[in-house]
Amino acid sequence: MHAADRTDASTDAPTRAPTNAPTRAPQRDAPPRDPPQRAAAQQSPAQRDAARRAESETRAVLEPDEIRRALTRVAHEILERTNGGDDVVLLGIPTRGVPLARRLAERLEQVEGRPLPAGSLDVTMYRDDLRLRPARALGHTEVPAEGIDDKIVVLVDDVLYSGRTVRAALDALGDLGRPRAVQLAVLVDRGHRELPIRADYVGKNLPTSQRETVRVLLTEVDGQDAVLLGATADAAGAAGTPGTPDAAGAAGREGS
Amino acid sequence: MNRHLISAGDLSQDDALLILDTAEELASTAERPMKKLPTLRGRTVVNLFYEDSTRTRISFEAAAKRLSADVINFSAKGSSVAKGESLKDTALTLEAMGADAVVIRHSASGAPHRLAGWVQGSVVNAGDGAHEHPTQALLDAFTMRRRLGRLDGLRVTIVGDVLHSRVARSNVLLLSTLGADVTLVAPPTLLPVAVGTWPCSVAYDLDAALPKADVVMMLRVQQERMNAAYFPSVREYSRRYGLDVARMGLLPDHSIVMHPGPMNRGVEIAAEVADSARSTIVEQVANGVSVRMAVLYLLLGGASETGGQR
Repeated sequence: MHAADRTDASTDAPTRAPTNAPTRAPQRDAPPRDPPQRAAAQQSPAQRDAARRAESETRAVLEPDEIRRALTRVAHEILERTNGGDDVVLLGIPTRGVPLARRLAERLEQVEGRPLPAGSLDVTMYRDDLRLRPARALGHTEVPAEGIDDKIVVLVDDVLYSGRTVRAALDALGDLGRPRAVQLAVLVDRGHRELPIRADYVGKNLPTSQRETVRVLLTEVDGQDAVLLGATADAAGAAGTPGTPDAAGAAGREGS
Repeated sequence: MNRHLISAGDLSQDDALLILDTAEELASTAERPMKKLPTLRGRTVVNLFYEDSTRTRISFEAAAKRLSADVINFSAKGSSVAKGESLKDTALTLEAMGADAVVIRHSASGAPHRLAGWVQGSVVNAGDGAHEHPTQALLDAFTMRRRLGRLDGLRVTIVGDVLHSRVARSNVLLLSTLGADVTLVAPPTLLPVAVGTWPCSVAYDLDAALPKADVVMMLRVQQERMNAAYFPSVREYSRRYGLDVARMGLLPDHSIVMHPGPMNRGVEIAAEVADSARSTIVEQVANGVSVRMAVLYLLLGGASETGGQR
């Protein structure tokens, strides 16, 4: 299954999306990519236990080696598409886009033998779903010293889902400068786009149902590398486990 | 976080740290060419100022505008208040205009608390009488953390007219929440009766307190609020409780000197001290905008929690 990495083109199923959406409004409005990031920092031990229990109902769709290979391939694709990485600036979207951008930058440096600038771009203040949830903590924005004007900015994120995070990132970029071009690299594309946005570089196309959750774990943030396809939001919710990324994230934010 | 910010004592340690961390991130947007963020587009912030203020009002106005909120400035002079309108009627007018947040400064302690019961939006206390000024305390804590790298265990000495100072009360409450050790130094006549219940210690000798201080915060002698002779003469006050160059020499090398402004140079602080490298007075003003942006974002940026506190 994993071997299909490159050629897997079966994610083009966004049109199915809206049918069962209304009953699952929170998940639809907020791709589950975001909440677990907060959760990692703010979880109580009880929540972490619950998260671990929920994880036992999940299965890994990418192993550490596969993540490593996918990133290496994406790095080479970036070099191909940008004429050897000239003028490329990698900007990771917090939380997990940032270590991914850093890893890509390391690989690009290994191949090209010169360092490529990498930074982070927090998009919280530009999100369109701010008013749907309590105000959340901000991530860190750090633009490399050379700036982004006339550069090729490659945005890096862990999961591409509704596309709303990327839209927010494009707005945020517009306030920082005027790149020559903006490209998008993601580790996982899980489909179900709600905006006309697509990724230029995809580590793994992962066909999912909207009822499923996708979690990316990275050593820098979570202590291990994995991509987990989760139990449906329903199953975990019914059991009252705050272990789904959504629930854990919400619980994590409540204290703040 | 609560829906309103009325007292620094209402903030839990997590709330306070969230505000400071958010302010830290927002401070970096002040350095870019495009300083505005779209976050509060379409929201209305009313600055309701019953007392004179330059610093605080401008700071709140800049903060709200940088977050793209619409700002309506209201000062008691030249408004219907001069014709005798009550606070409640003014509040209902603002309510009818759809204010999402009201920033209020009032000479009466408790005015923001009353206002919070009358309006739907968030109320931010920008100073009420001699009671509290929570955003000033937050920006002071922010400035200390930026300069000295921590708040926990920090020794802060607050000197001067504590009795009339809303800044002192808010700072004592907030800094003790954040783990700092606060000492108040003042003539006995300028300490409030209930100071013994505050989470801080009290001393009367400035020279003895200075060598132990990481931060010394000078308060203005609020002569406009004084209706009795609290000390024999300004000169005597200045000699015993003013921070001059010689006294500044008693401070440890890393210590900083703060003042919430407006300063009376030559009374509580000497001009040389106010302009020295230890002084954070100008920095405090810049930090005020970041901290107030953080407060407005955290109060207005997200969904209002239904059935919220207060």
